[in-house]
Amino acid sequence: MSAFEPGQQASIASVTDRVRPLAIGMPVSSIHFLGARAAFVGAEESVSLVDTEGEISRVTVHSGGILCTASDGSRIVMGGDDGKLVALDARGEVTPLAMDAKRRWIDNVALHPDGAVAWSAGKTAFVRSGKGEDKTFDMPSTVGGLAFAPKGLRVAVAHYGGATLWFPNMAAQPEFLEWAGSHLGVTFSPDNKFLVTAMHEPALHGWRLADSRHMRMSGYPGRVRSMSWSAGGKFLATSGADAVILWPFASKDGPMGKEPAMLAPLSARVSAVACHPKQDILAAGYGDGTILMVRLEDGAEILVRRNGTPPVAALAWNAKGTLLAFADEDGDAGLLTL
Amino acid sequence: MAEPSSQKIPVTVLTGYLGAGKTTLLNRILSENHGKKYAVIVNEFGEIGIDNDLIIGADEEVFEMNNGCVCCTVRGDLVRILDGLMKRKGKFDAIIVETTGLADPAPVAQTFFVDEDVQKNARLDAVVTVADAKWLSDRLKDAPEAKNQIAFADVIVLNKTDLVSKGELAEVEARIRGINPYAKLHRTERCKVALSDVLERGAFDLDRILDIEPDFLEAGDDHDHDHDHHHDGHDHHHGHSHGGLKHYHDEEMQSLSLRSDKPLDATKFMPWLQNLVASEGQKILRSKGILAFSDDDDRYVFQGVHMMLEGDHQRKWKDGEPRESRLVFIGRELPEQIIRDGFESCITS
Repeated sequence: MSAFEPGQQASIASVTDRVRPLAIGMPVSSIHFLGARAAFVGAEESVSLVDTEGEISRVTVHSGGILCTASDGSRIVMGGDDGKLVALDARGEVTPLAMDAKRRWIDNVALHPDGAVAWSAGKTAFVRSGKGEDKTFDMPSTVGGLAFAPKGLRVAVAHYGGATLWFPNMAAQPEFLEWAGSHLGVTFSPDNKFLVTAMHEPALHGWRLADSRHMRMSGYPGRVRSMSWSAGGKFLATSGADAVILWPFASKDGPMGKEPAMLAPLSARVSAVACHPKQDILAAGYGDGTILMVRLEDGAEILVRRNGTPPVAALAWNAKGTLLAFADEDGDAGLLTL
Repeated sequence: MAEPSSQKIPVTVLTGYLGAGKTTLLNRILSENHGKKYAVIVNEFGEIGIDNDLIIGADEEVFEMNNGCVCCTVRGDLVRILDGLMKRKGKFDAIIVETTGLADPAPVAQTFFVDEDVQKNARLDAVVTVADAKWLSDRLKDAPEAKNQIAFADVIVLNKTDLVSKGELAEVEARIRGINPYAKLHRTERCKVALSDVLERGAFDLDRILDIEPDFLEAGDDHDHDHDHHHDGHDHHHGHSHGGLKHYHDEEMQSLSLRSDKPLDATKFMPWLQNLVASEGQKILRSKGILAFSDDDDRYVFQGVHMMLEGDHQRKWKDGEPRESRLVFIGRELPEQIIRDGFESCITS
């Protein structure tokens, strides 16, 4: 596959004319869908809700920077540098969930399908079960990332020196998965067999949960800030290189001893990835503003947005996979209907 | 991806041993009517008397990088905090990082060399060390952290000078100079110092490496002294005096300056310097240099913290400007003769 250069734009299929451009008017840090509305979460203070007609309404959620978000499709839970954890629902209503007693930053948040919420402030991880019971757990160092396991009430906490698997409802000692270095992001494979962390250095680390076997996934030129599991969990798509790096997780050994696929190489670094929720397609945003849709099977590309803008900050599909929303770092955004 | 350094947010690192007056200086900076907004990263909440919604508590977590180099440490919490602060770009003009009294400034500085995202948005401006005129001499004997902070400094605020006699002041200054003759030194009472003397120093800015000369206070320096004296003495165990000013040579921590008016061979110098910091980087706290290479009309400048180096061509040598190379290393138990011999071997004959 040849590198995609501006001069070759005509050579690939394009849906740029089907994108509804949106002026969000503020830097965007993440996007989630709440029903039919796309929620563009700002870098600070507010969220812009956009309906299918492109109508924008802005809701204030924090009195400072918005540091982390998670969504289950019916609400977005957000943590801020104002020490607050809040939820925003599809009607645009904001519900405060927690306030840190020392007004520490809420650095990470995760949501469980049964309604449980996990968040962290400094070294302390918190879980509120679906029934509203709070549990806390102090880590040896600042929490870098949080993720709920797909089954059961189990939380993975990434931190310096590895990750901890915490079972908030059990008296059992948390399980510690060791790997030297600082771990800043964490995700379970949808089949619950693997745990993957994004490290401070440009690499991922993985463990097979059955036997804690290590998987080193390195070779990135830059830190991996965006990870997305393909529909069914066969692949983990990642940012951080000049192509989408796609690690195979279909077999019982995951990516152990295998090379990743490199899709959609450009002369700019991938800044955000989002896999389609139903089909083997992903959307990739780049540091030069380009957005491509890429078929996992053969790497075929469709142009969604041309280059020449600030880096793509966020991408998201709605649950049905009929809408793709995106935004660059300056808040220049769009909505593509498929 | 490199952005002009002027657009990056300057970060001042404020160090100093327990009780020296860091918080006093911080409160002074924040309360002065300068029209600027600072984001302040502190270790303990509550000590700052100024209302500021951009005061962030840090955990001072020192992380080793995964590259097998024990002195390649960074402040993990700082990576996270700077990342979060960038969401509020435009709400503040500069960042001040206050370290605890026992902290080593190196991991803070190294965070700015190592982390790509930090580098993209922020730049290290200077390490400012507040020292207690009354107690520093004692601390230099019993607290290695205090010595580190002096050795590492670009600016030293020698505070509480009203609590000591003239003789004691001369003594403590001489001890500071025995470790770090290059930092700008300001004598203060209650940290009364012009903000322009501690902020926006550009001490890590390659473009602003103008000369490498020891800094001596003019005030009170009522005698002639040789600016090159700080390493040619043999008085390793005690102070001695030339016309009233004492000179100390700290047994453990020293500075070493090298100079050549003959051009250097870049093909020899670069590998030598890289090998030197790779093998002795744990001992070398700071390094800095202005270099004249043979067959090169540009001044080359570099600076480093432990094993981390950055360097670049700075500008053309001016007409009439002596094409002289100058280097300085500040460190612990520096292998002086090995460094001198190595440097000599890089000089073109």
